[in-house]
Amino acid sequence: MTSKSLRFICPNGHLGFAPSKRESFDIGAKTKPDFYCCDSGSSDIGPGPLGGDYSASPYEWQKHDLEMMLVAARNQGAPMIIGSAGDTGTRSRVDLYVQTIKDLARKHKMAPFKLAYFYSDVPKEYLKNKFDQGEAIEGLDGRQNLTLEELEQTNRIVAVAGIHPYIKALEMGADVIIGGRSSDIAIFAAPAIKAGFPEGLSYYMGKTLECASFCAEPYGAKESIIGEVTAEDVKVTAMSPYQRCTVASVAGHAMYERSNPYFEYVAGGMIDMTNCHYEQYDEKTCRVTGPVFVPVEGKTKVKLEGSSKVGERFVGIAGVRDPYTIKHIDTVLDWAREQVKERFGEEGYELYYNVYGKNGVMGNMEPLKESNCHELCIVCQGVAQTREMAEEVTMTGTRQIFYARLPEVKGTAGTAAFSFDEVLPASAAYRWTINHTVSVDDPMELFDLHLIDIKEEAS
Amino acid sequence: MKVVKLSDLAKTIRSKNAGTDKITFDIIFREKGNYELVKKSGAISKGKIARLYGIEENRISDFVEFDPAYAIKYTIYREKPSGSPGDADIFGSQQYPPLLDVEIQVND
Repeated sequence: MTSKSLRFICPNGHLGFAPSKRESFDIGAKTKPDFYCCDSGSSDIGPGPLGGDYSASPYEWQKHDLEMMLVAARNQGAPMIIGSAGDTGTRSRVDLYVQTIKDLARKHKMAPFKLAYFYSDVPKEYLKNKFDQGEAIEGLDGRQNLTLEELEQTNRIVAVAGIHPYIKALEMGADVIIGGRSSDIAIFAAPAIKAGFPEGLSYYMGKTLECASFCAEPYGAKESIIGEVTAEDVKVTAMSPYQRCTVASVAGHAMYERSNPYFEYVAGGMIDMTNCHYEQYDEKTCRVTGPVFVPVEGKTKVKLEGSSKVGERFVGIAGVRDPYTIKHIDTVLDWAREQVKERFGEEGYELYYNVYGKNGVMGNMEPLKESNCHELCIVCQGVAQTREMAEEVTMTGTRQIFYARLPEVKGTAGTAAFSFDEVLPASAAYRWTINHTVSVDDPMELFDLHLIDIKEEAS
Repeated sequence: MKVVKLSDLAKTIRSKNAGTDKITFDIIFREKGNYELVKKSGAISKGKIARLYGIEENRISDFVEFDPAYAIKYTIYREKPSGSPGDADIFGSQQYPPLLDVEIQVND
């Protein structure tokens, strides 16, 4: 270790998803952290952006946060690391962020610096070769191993990078790194591990910082947090004037969005948090000791994410006020489904109803089986291979709610209310086909790393 | 003995995606006392959760009492991956409300 500690600032748990708050970032930046790090990805946004290769966030918000971080980091001469560019971390999103960095460097007339970027996209051929070699692509979270059929249906696949491409980029002298799809922990852990800090503490610090102010209290999103790693501990400090990092908030965050609070898996091993000890270090700082990194036995397993297009999609909305119809809404919807079936048969499309006021949010898991509402909102989704068919499926599925015939309904002139008599085009429907791992001899074989010089150019 | 609701004892009750295939639930208490009380009451267990949500117990992948945060945490497999067409809760963030009214027996 060349220094006794390293300090990292994180302004946002998902760069671009909502703009970072400026005040707490400026307070943090004034303390001159050693690294400016932020992850920009999530699988929370659903399979659409990965499958369709688009961002879930407006470009202006992405640029806002990249500019805020880049200006502070370059002014100070500290490295900046962004993971999972543009929500999905696909090639097109990495290119978008690289171009943004170039544009910002020119706009602010920055002194020359080195920009590293890497792609995480996995060609289907790569995985087919693994099949040919008899290697299993193992399912996560209860999934079966990947089949060739599911692989072929998948539109786009990314590998989730661990520390490896980041360490390599830092070794090459990068001042700014734009990463493809990555573990949000890795962007913090990589510089710390490269500098010689213990792996357990380095990874743990990443785990705590990755969602920025979600590890502080009271609740407040998009506020900056600073984490410091030493040979003995991790200290996390809230930068916002109204927030603190407490034992409760930091320990509580260890379980956020994770199925188990004690174990966290990354490419190359597992962070064991069973023996973590939390203490209040000062007013705004929580100190943590005891996390352990357990390296994987055998080959490194890298997580894969893949999304497949189900079809084009339209959405229809219907309201129901008649109490008898509300009571028999399942019969009404079965009737509408039958009309779609009469027209299109049993297969080749998908039709869904979310019945708000009954179980629209929780579906089958809703414990309240009877609706007490005086009105219902029904959202109908129709999915099919062509836009024309998706529109017609959705139109039939929505409009037939209006025509549903129940023996005792008094209102015979229509059993649904429409605020507009049309169905609306929606984004195409996708589904997660891949949540699996692939075993690799060298983790870098999945990540295509580049380094370029950013020089001031005449615009 | 009296009966109080879980929402009167817990500081935080939330649900959220844990990856694409699971939703995880956190019940977090401010004080150790309330945490221990709920733990000992047996009102939150794998079986009770399965009954509350009308699911088989094997849909619960993890059930953990997490002492450092005074928290009870469990995770369930989704019916289908998040954001599949028809999924009404892409973030999994509105699946906790049935927990609010879970009744806990408390000694006077």
